Amino acid sequence: MLRSLLFVPGNNPAMIQNADVFGSDAVIFDLEDSVHVAEKDNARNLISEYLETYPVLPDVVIIRINSLDTPFWEADLDAVVSKSVDWIMLPKAGVEEIKKLTLKLESIEKIKQIEKTIKIMPIIELASSLVDLENIAKQERVKGVLFGAEDYRADMGIKRSDTGVELLYPRSRIAVVAKASMIEAIDTPFVDVMNDTALISDCHNASALGMTGKAAIHPRQVMTINDSFSPPKDQIEWASKVMKAKRQADEKNLGVFSLDGKMIDKPIIARAESILKIAKEYGIGGEADD
Amino acid sequence: MNIGIAGSLESNDALVTVKAADTTKIEIHSIVDVFYHDQIEKVVKDVLSKKKNDKIHVIIEDKGALDYTIKARLLTALARMEANNA
Amino acid sequence: MTNSLGRNVPEGKKPFVSSTDYKSHKRQQIGLKTQAEKPVFYESLETAFVDLSLHSGMTFSFHHHLRSGDKVLNQIAKLIEYSDLKNISLAPSSIFPQYDLSELIRSGRINNIYTSYLNGPVADAIQDGHLKGELIMQTHGGRARAIESGELAIDVAFLACPTVDLNGNGSGAIGKSACGTLGYAVSDLMYAKKVVLITDNIVDKLEKYQFDHRFVDMVVKVDSIGDPKGIVSGTTRITRDPIGLKIAHDTALMLEALGEIKPGMSIQTGAGGTSLAVADAIDKLMVKHQIKGSFASGGTTGFHVNMLKQGLFSKLYDVQCFDLEAADSYRVNAFHKGISASEYANPHDPKAIVNKLDIVILGATEIDLKFNVNVTTDSFGKIIGGSGGHADTANGARITIITAQLMRARIPIVKEKVHTVTTPGSDVDILVTERGIAVNPLRKDIITKLEAAKFKFVTIQSLLEIAEKICGKPKELPEGKRQIGVVEYRDGTVIDSLYGSR
Repeated sequence: MLRSLLFVPGNNPAMIQNADVFGSDAVIFDLEDSVHVAEKDNARNLISEYLETYPVLPDVVIIRINSLDTPFWEADLDAVVSKSVDWIMLPKAGVEEIKKLTLKLESIEKIKQIEKTIKIMPIIELASSLVDLENIAKQERVKGVLFGAEDYRADMGIKRSDTGVELLYPRSRIAVVAKASMIEAIDTPFVDVMNDTALISDCHNASALGMTGKAAIHPRQVMTINDSFSPPKDQIEWASKVMKAKRQADEKNLGVFSLDGKMIDKPIIARAESILKIAKEYGIGGEADD
Repeated sequence: MNIGIAGSLESNDALVTVKAADTTKIEIHSIVDVFYHDQIEKVVKDVLSKKKNDKIHVIIEDKGALDYTIKARLLTALARMEANNA
Repeated sequence: MTNSLGRNVPEGKKPFVSSTDYKSHKRQQIGLKTQAEKPVFYESLETAFVDLSLHSGMTFSFHHHLRSGDKVLNQIAKLIEYSDLKNISLAPSSIFPQYDLSELIRSGRINNIYTSYLNGPVADAIQDGHLKGELIMQTHGGRARAIESGELAIDVAFLACPTVDLNGNGSGAIGKSACGTLGYAVSDLMYAKKVVLITDNIVDKLEKYQFDHRFVDMVVKVDSIGDPKGIVSGTTRITRDPIGLKIAHDTALMLEALGEIKPGMSIQTGAGGTSLAVADAIDKLMVKHQIKGSFASGGTTGFHVNMLKQGLFSKLYDVQCFDLEAADSYRVNAFHKGISASEYANPHDPKAIVNKLDIVILGATEIDLKFNVNVTTDSFGKIIGGSGGHADTANGARITIITAQLMRARIPIVKEKVHTVTTPGSDVDILVTERGIAVNPLRKDIITKLEAAKFKFVTIQSLLEIAEKICGKPKELPEGKRQIGVVEYRDGTVIDSLYGSR
């Protein structure tokens, strides 16, 4: 599970070689918007050499390639795909594009003898992709989607609001479809990088609807995002208590039991389990001591 | 033109220029020359020998780039030179 | 001869023993002179110069509170040449790039230099081997100690003073060249054989002043002592560099884990962008935990002033105002106190603020496996600064933290051995880098606390390894041949030697 995904421009050595230090769950090396059309070759070589030789890489490596309607995407993949790459992020994605990308990845994996299956994270930034989301999410390699609010607004011809009300529907739809398809729902980056307070509320808006993580466009956003998408401390403590009570009940062969005067039933146990699982994964606590 | 240029003069980057020549000539101007001259030269030589290229003039203007950056910039410069020739 | 750190010490000099050795020596103070007569006022520096009956071989001192705006040292330099003085020793508290003394150094007019911080053309001329005598780099506290003990005997102190009254009292708080406190010059004022205040603003009577007329021999009125733009930098800002911010954030979290964000805490940070980011991160934690500290000290900026105003600290002890807000606050706020270099950092001053510090956050150009820190030369061996208060605060504070980027443009900051030792490793406790925090093994108490708090840290060896894995192992710098001077520890012993570039 990825809480924070940090974007890093693909042609900037100073930023690339420090990308792993900021504590993001994943780093997205960008070959698209942050790289000038005349420098795509430079960026491809830079990222490919970095991934091949750098002694410390981020835990999860994502490459954002250029969209399939550009002349760049195949060369992007030929240059950078290696065993160090975990995901390809695909802009302007629809089912057809994902299928095409899958075929290309299969062929590169074969040629380069890469044993793992590289995942695909489509960017949902068009109204049409949002409509077709169930089909997109069903594609075999699609294990997560990124919501791209800027392009979504442009496509819809709507403006940004202070409350984020225009994002209510796309976020809700993405969160629900992603949950049903058991994939990750990554929220759009927040562009006002110096405004911490607004970032916190934007994170809460997204996580309240069920988005599971968020992209960052500046390293200083990473910690806030990690905190916002981790289960809060009191929730972890509560979940630990529930599980402890459950074990005690099991020992006594009790089917139903109560905790602090409240009945604990199956859905509550399931929620507690899922909170603890996430907490453990993020290394922020887990089972309480017995 | 028998020339290829790649990279920049930003900190941690290098500007690499390659020109067709009669023999191999490697010119290194680096802010960390006293510490890493040999290592930079080795990166360049390794790339050239892998590409079997022994007729080239390489000029590196280095602002503290790591090996992977120097190698990437050199590869791009060589490819750009080839593309210019094509 | 080598000292206890294995560093070369020129024959005839006292080698560094340890950072606690000074405690077994008594404070030495030469007698204070008493000035019976009123100071004499001059309208021209030239006339004053003649009346001082100066001769070759003398020692002149200066302070650096006007920073890169200072015009006094250059004016005196011209007069040294005009008066055909030779073999002069110069003792400015710092030397900045606007001073061009190269010609005077080459021609043997200036032969020895004592200072606490040095960069620019003067540093280059010395490293090129032009200084006939030697360069002695002192700490801020060590300079005060050397002056009061007579070890550094000053014949004339030429002290820029933004405002002087008709009695000869002086203040830095007001005037067109106002710069705030004049703390670094107080030892010069008290112990120099002759004291000349150089001002561009004379008033009838100062109610508050830092320079007492009883020590003043002459007051000289000139058109301008400094360029206000260079005296105080505009606004000092928190860094926006993501690595600096990360280091600052991690430093604050570590202090929280150590239980150091607590009522009554005292702290000193520098005025650079990363230091301010650390101060900012600590500020936020103090607000979050509703902590009120006792004091912040050192060079002061608007940022520190805000912390005082917010009530996060009860006092600021200020040796140097870095910006206008700091200078203004020094003028109007009774809790913003100016202190002298001796009260700040003299190893023998019983009141020294550095000894009351809980935490100091410092920088480094290099740090080695024994935690020795270099802020005097860069990795190429070029002189780019000096201790200032580095070694003083590191020695005095209970916890000394170095914050530094592990690599800059391929150069690892952690070395097996630093090029120059400014501050001994025995006084340095923690290194915070973007790739991990290392604790000096001598500080078992800190290690135990961090372990108990489950706070992650690494060995400094592993930081060196990761840096060299990323950058490659740098070649050894060729040994410098000609000794050009020494770095003194705060007690005046030689902690390291300085070498010429040729």
